[in-house]
Amino acid sequence: MRIEKVDVLIIGGGAAGLAAAIEAKNTGVKTLLLERDRNTGGVLNQCIHNGFGLHVFKEELTGPEFMERLWEELGNLDEIIRNNYTVLKIDHINREVITLSEEGIVVFKPKALIMATGARERPLNALRIPGSRVAGVYTAGVAQKMVNIYNRLPGNRVLIVGSGDIGLIMARRLKIEGMDVLGVVEIMPEPGGLIRNVVQCLEDFNIPLWLSHTVFKIHGKERLEGVTIGKVDENFNPIPGTERYIEVDTLVASVGLIPQNELIENFVEMDPINRGPVIDDLMRTSIEWIFAAGNNVAIHDLVDFVYEEGKIAGRNAAKYVLGEKLPKPKYIFKRGNNVGVLLPQRFTGKEPFKMYLRPKKSLEKSAILFSGKVVRKFNWKIRPSEMIDLVVRNFESLPNEVLVEVNKID
Amino acid sequence: MRVFVIGAGITGSLITRELSKYDLEVHVIDKAPDIGWGVTKANSAIVHGGYDDPPGSVRAQFAALGNKMYDELSNELDFDFIRTGSYVVAFKEEDVEYLKELKKRGVKNGVSNLEILTSEELKNREPNLNKDIKAALWCPTAGITEPWEVSIAAIENAKDNGAIVHLDEKVLDIIVQNQKVKKILTDKGEYNADIIINAAGLFADEIAKMAGVADFEIFPRKGEYILLDKKLKGLVNAVIFPTPTKKSKGILVVPTVDGGILLGPNAVDLPKDQKNNLETTKEGLNEVYEKSKALVPSIDISYSVKTFAGLRPETKNKDFIIGATKIWGFINVAGIRSPGLTAAPAIAKYITEKVIPEDLGLNLSKKSNFNPFRKRIPHLEETNLEEWEKIVKKDPRFGRTVCFCNNVSEGEIVEAIKRGAKTLDGVKFRTRASFGRCQGGFCSLKILEIISRELSIPLEEIKQNYKNSWIVKGKVRP
Repeated sequence: MRIEKVDVLIIGGGAAGLAAAIEAKNTGVKTLLLERDRNTGGVLNQCIHNGFGLHVFKEELTGPEFMERLWEELGNLDEIIRNNYTVLKIDHINREVITLSEEGIVVFKPKALIMATGARERPLNALRIPGSRVAGVYTAGVAQKMVNIYNRLPGNRVLIVGSGDIGLIMARRLKIEGMDVLGVVEIMPEPGGLIRNVVQCLEDFNIPLWLSHTVFKIHGKERLEGVTIGKVDENFNPIPGTERYIEVDTLVASVGLIPQNELIENFVEMDPINRGPVIDDLMRTSIEWIFAAGNNVAIHDLVDFVYEEGKIAGRNAAKYVLGEKLPKPKYIFKRGNNVGVLLPQRFTGKEPFKMYLRPKKSLEKSAILFSGKVVRKFNWKIRPSEMIDLVVRNFESLPNEVLVEVNKID
Repeated sequence: MRVFVIGAGITGSLITRELSKYDLEVHVIDKAPDIGWGVTKANSAIVHGGYDDPPGSVRAQFAALGNKMYDELSNELDFDFIRTGSYVVAFKEEDVEYLKELKKRGVKNGVSNLEILTSEELKNREPNLNKDIKAALWCPTAGITEPWEVSIAAIENAKDNGAIVHLDEKVLDIIVQNQKVKKILTDKGEYNADIIINAAGLFADEIAKMAGVADFEIFPRKGEYILLDKKLKGLVNAVIFPTPTKKSKGILVVPTVDGGILLGPNAVDLPKDQKNNLETTKEGLNEVYEKSKALVPSIDISYSVKTFAGLRPETKNKDFIIGATKIWGFINVAGIRSPGLTAAPAIAKYITEKVIPEDLGLNLSKKSNFNPFRKRIPHLEETNLEEWEKIVKKDPRFGRTVCFCNNVSEGEIVEAIKRGAKTLDGVKFRTRASFGRCQGGFCSLKILEIISRELSIPLEEIKQNYKNSWIVKGKVRP
């Protein structure tokens, strides 16, 4: 077992991890990034559509192009990136990160750690949909990888389950590549992905979107043969009489992303709504030498924001290593009415920062309130599927515990 | 002397291995493409104590005996077997009476270490159980295993000792001459046979009919399950049974050997023609959830990893049918419903040590060079890191993780393919790759790639499991 000392260690080489590495490296501290896959970039590798980078590069890039920008920024990749390294365990007491690779077991001893482990897709299996267990049921990410990386089609006729962004993107992608895309079913009364994706991926391609619909049953012997779909009521119970059989040999599921925190969730304070670690505006977790950024903190809509978070984490982890005294969190954000995902949950009150939140319910006209005071108004419809970003500049007058609400206004 | 075992499930596999100890030409044949894909693949994976089978039944004759054989068997065949113990819990006074009944029955069946615990005693050992439980019957010898792994291990060992394995081959007919078995006809050929052992699970009645001994029927009884994430490891430490009903042992909460929690099964009797019906139902899954929640109220269903259904081969008398028949050389091992996994090692010995010598009058001679040991594919999660590093130094593929949820390396997958896995399920059941919380989201395409490379077959031809379970259709563009 080899032991390796390092200043800033980053786990995960997606957008957040690469951004963190860029910032940390630029301060001159010894930075290493561990990637469990064959190469870095994470899901950007397979997202060959465009729309990435509008905020941070003011350009519309594809996923691989966005990724290459980060590689360029990072410079000498070989020095910083270790591909095919899997982290087996983090020993937070001894500050050790135990890894497996072709080299064997390497124990890293970092001065600061950045978790950039991203998210995974919820499998359809986990939803307990009745029926057969057959081949032909894929998550949208697997279907995307199959088509864009492996150059293979998943089948002939497909139904998309769930209108998350990857589901919408894949509806279009599979249609372009010649599959019969019968439609998208979404159990909620509203689409799960960005409205721009509903328009560009479904409406522009005449793919129907069935809201308040779900799969009641999966049919088939060995390969999928069809599904029964139907309408659900407001409690998501099937409405009898609305059933309809659709002949498909492929299901593509986009039924949610789950932040991956298995390595830290047993010793870091977790936020059960975000399903990620509680963090402050410096992207610090409840353990002072462990930082986190990206979709493992909470599911974001845009890679641009993930990138920005990664940079904040990288910067502050480096400062920590260099012995700079980082301010302690002074304020706490608490969820009030209609607030789902919310981050950061704590902040130091030293510098302006970006807050991200999702309303639990859609509202036509609304406002964000900090302890009763309106900080931002929306004249357009806000929805859970579209994350709101809010730059917080004025905190002098805030109480130490800030109640965040998203309320309806007239 | 040529023996054919029909069915490579848990009973057929262990019988095959037992036969491979003797100077015989042993064949095992299964219509499925892999070992243990019938009843063996989907059940509660429990090695029962053996206390609750009706005294005098064939089940009772083998269950407690089989249980005792598992330590040695798991040692020889190197599969996971943990004596977790089990509790039957009672919510009502009359149920407590029933526990006493069960305890007495246990003594009759040769299971004498049973103990009735008060709710206080139970609370200390299993703090997550329903607080309304009044008492529990503790059986320390009950355990858990992976039935498919037991089957695979037994067949691997039998193969090492000369047995011949026919997979993906369906028996079409059995030729009988002068009241003796003579031939087996399959969809791939015909073979002379002196002894045929019918361990065909759900289809044992059909095989018996081919030999002209149609004196029983097998009815499929479906059980549905929900598997929960291994993050819940420790939710229960032992197998938790409710007080049983006449029909079944009820819906259980079971720890799995790799740390998950299994809920189920319900019990639904299906018509005879539905021996392939493995569909889960809304009602069934709800029943499993609600009844397991009654045992362990803190069960959080959002930890579901997957659901599945299994079929048990039930007979009219709910008992095993084991023994020689009026056709010389044709031996039934049928109706192996619960506690079949438990009883299987004892049944296998009974076939070679009683049925063949006594009922068939054949003196079998033991091979001098039988090797009882089989080594498992090494798994990182079961190995200490120093050991694992040695394995990686020898073969770096063991340092390349493919399945992140269960930490399965490329080396393990390649080894599984060497040992006979040809499909995604074949790899999954041998390595636990894609068995975890992401259900193959990260690794299934990589496994496909490895199978394609190792067996030199295109991705399009690799299956999930059976013939028509293709995974990728064809190239997007040439």
